[in-house]
Amino acid sequence: MDKKPLVEFENIYKIYKMGDSEVRALDGVSFSVFEGEFVVIIGQSGSGKSTCMNIIGCLDVPTEGTYLLKGTDVSKLTDDEQAEIRNKTLGFIFQQYNLLPKLNILDNVKLPLMYKGLKESEQNERAMEALERVGIADKYHHKPSQLSGGQQQRASIARALAGSPSVILADEPTGALDSKTSAEVIEFLITLNSQGNTIILITHDNSIAARAKRVIRIYDGKITYDGPPSNDAIIRSTVLTQKEATV
Amino acid sequence: MKFTKTVKLAFESIMSNKLRSFLTMLGIIIGVGAVIILVSIMDGVTGQVTDAFENFGMNNITVSITSRGSTRYVEPEDMYKIIDENPELFTYCTPNITLNATVKSNISSENERSTVTGIDETYDKINQLTTEQGRFLQFIDVDKMLKVCVIGTYYEQTFFERGKALGETIKINGEPFTIVGVLEEKADSSENSSDQCIYIPYTIASKMSWNSSIGSYTVTMADANNLETAKSVLQKELTEILGSSDFYKIIATQEILDELNSIIGTMKAALVCIAGISLLVGGIGIMNIMLVTVTERTREIGIRKSLGAKKKNILTQFVVEAATVSGVGGILGIVFGAVVSIIAGKLLDITIIPSFFAVALAFSVSVAIGIIFGYLPAKNAANLNPIDALRFE
Ligand SMILES: Nc1ncnc2c1ncn2[C@@H]1O[C@H](COP(=O)(O)OP(=O)(O)OP(=O)(O)O)[C@@H](O)[C@H]1O
Ligand SMILES: [Mg+2]
Repeated sequence: MDKKPLVEFENIYKIYKMGDSEVRALDGVSFSVFEGEFVVIIGQSGSGKSTCMNIIGCLDVPTEGTYLLKGTDVSKLTDDEQAEIRNKTLGFIFQQYNLLPKLNILDNVKLPLMYKGLKESEQNERAMEALERVGIADKYHHKPSQLSGGQQQRASIARALAGSPSVILADEPTGALDSKTSAEVIEFLITLNSQGNTIILITHDNSIAARAKRVIRIYDGKITYDGPPSNDAIIRSTVLTQKEATV
Repeated sequence: MKFTKTVKLAFESIMSNKLRSFLTMLGIIIGVGAVIILVSIMDGVTGQVTDAFENFGMNNITVSITSRGSTRYVEPEDMYKIIDENPELFTYCTPNITLNATVKSNISSENERSTVTGIDETYDKINQLTTEQGRFLQFIDVDKMLKVCVIGTYYEQTFFERGKALGETIKINGEPFTIVGVLEEKADSSENSSDQCIYIPYTIASKMSWNSSIGSYTVTMADANNLETAKSVLQKELTEILGSSDFYKIIATQEILDELNSIIGTMKAALVCIAGISLLVGGIGIMNIMLVTVTERTREIGIRKSLGAKKKNILTQFVVEAATVSGVGGILGIVFGAVVSIIAGKLLDITIIPSFFAVALAFSVSVAIGIIFGYLPAKNAANLNPIDALRFE
């Protein structure tokens, strides 16, 4: 590929020191994500998926290694420059939605646009557009607590979309939803991807992994598989999970 | 626009926890209220003092002779001579004799203990008195020692009916005096106000007093700016007449007023300092609650940061919130202070002028306190690490 990667991890380590012992949440991870990809990260609990995602999202910094986002070395940026990258380049979808309870849905979706410094009228326009795309435009004046979990997750997707980011990062977005609603959310993310959005998704759900173009499997801070979701990979992963459990 | 939105948000946050916000503001409310109350009451008192002195005449100098009983006197003629010889310094001069007398009208049997003042015909000009009915005392009354008097509206209304006093007689220590004039009302005609007064020729007063020498003179300066020269001329002449500068005192109304004003000013400063301490305590209360708020809203800060909020966005949000809390506290304090001052003014019978300066100052100080004491917690919030803030439970 001659295109430059959007996300480029080179030998990334994240080590938590807890007194004498240390936890290697990421233990030398390298991979690249290109524009338009749909990457699913799987792995058992505590394997380092969220840690990886937080570093991609510039919310956390690696202990060692280089992370290039759109070719820029993130570790060389100031806090405010990283904030600007989060605002312009990244869109987050969290498992717990992370909407601000005191603001209504519209104001929540407007937040990233406000931090972009857009005019109020443009903020409203783009936020409503995003709410329409996720199908809850009629609920714009509701507080998050007045919506169902699925609706709240749609609102948080709208918020991630509103700023038209280059990459959408979703850490177990369906973790708190029932299977029907989570299927809807995943379907929506797949549609977004087909429209050209780059998506990186963490999930425990193998059926979701099966629908991705590319699966990265993390085990104990290391990548153990990176490739298309062949049945093989999924099955192997389940088998491995059982094996891992006995280790 | 973003700013008004931040303020609106801050208001919502205040309203969402009314009791806590109120308790946070209490220090500011009390501090600002105290400043307003103290400043308005002190201003009222100052105004009252100044008014009282303006009644005396700001150009006046009082000469008190303390050598009574000794062999030397200052006669009215001596004083008139000094005045006549220095027309560029002095305009008028009157002797002053106060008698404590019983006063009674010819138509009622009621007795009143009262102060009767013996003066000459220039007294009304010296003390800016206006005669409303009849006339003031004249040279001939003084010269011929006529038993005539001019009264204030208090006596007109107590002894007679309004407008019916002219030509009537009152008895002062048993001596009948004809009322030739009634003064214009200066206060409200009540007892102990400046409307309770009786003026008679000093020549008669001197004869009626137990000691016929004159103890005090009031002199009017041509120009208040020449106070020092005027005083030194009086000193020179009086020392010559009395033989020593120990036998008289010269006091200018101006000087007393200046002194009083400086005392009041010092008191005001001291009281405002005390109120300032309660503002400081209020500020610390705000800082405390803002620190708690930052901890409570760590997750919100994390979410905002994940969406691209920069340090200055978070900083502004929390500083504006603190300033709004203290600003609202300031406004409540101003209202509280104004209400209390007005009530106090009514009770103390002082005209309370709401001081725009005090209100503006109190409001700016309270907002400034919010900014200053909100800054540290806001800075803490702005410096939070996004992932730690997001993970905070
Ligand atoms: N702040 C921290 N301090 C110490 N250890 C941490 C911290 N954050 C994560 N870890 C450790 O790092 C490892 C990876 O955690 P991470 O959250 O990335 O797991 P995960 O793969 O997302 O798990 P899950 O599927 O349960 O969400 C875990 O062992 C965890 O205990
Ligand atoms: Mg996780």
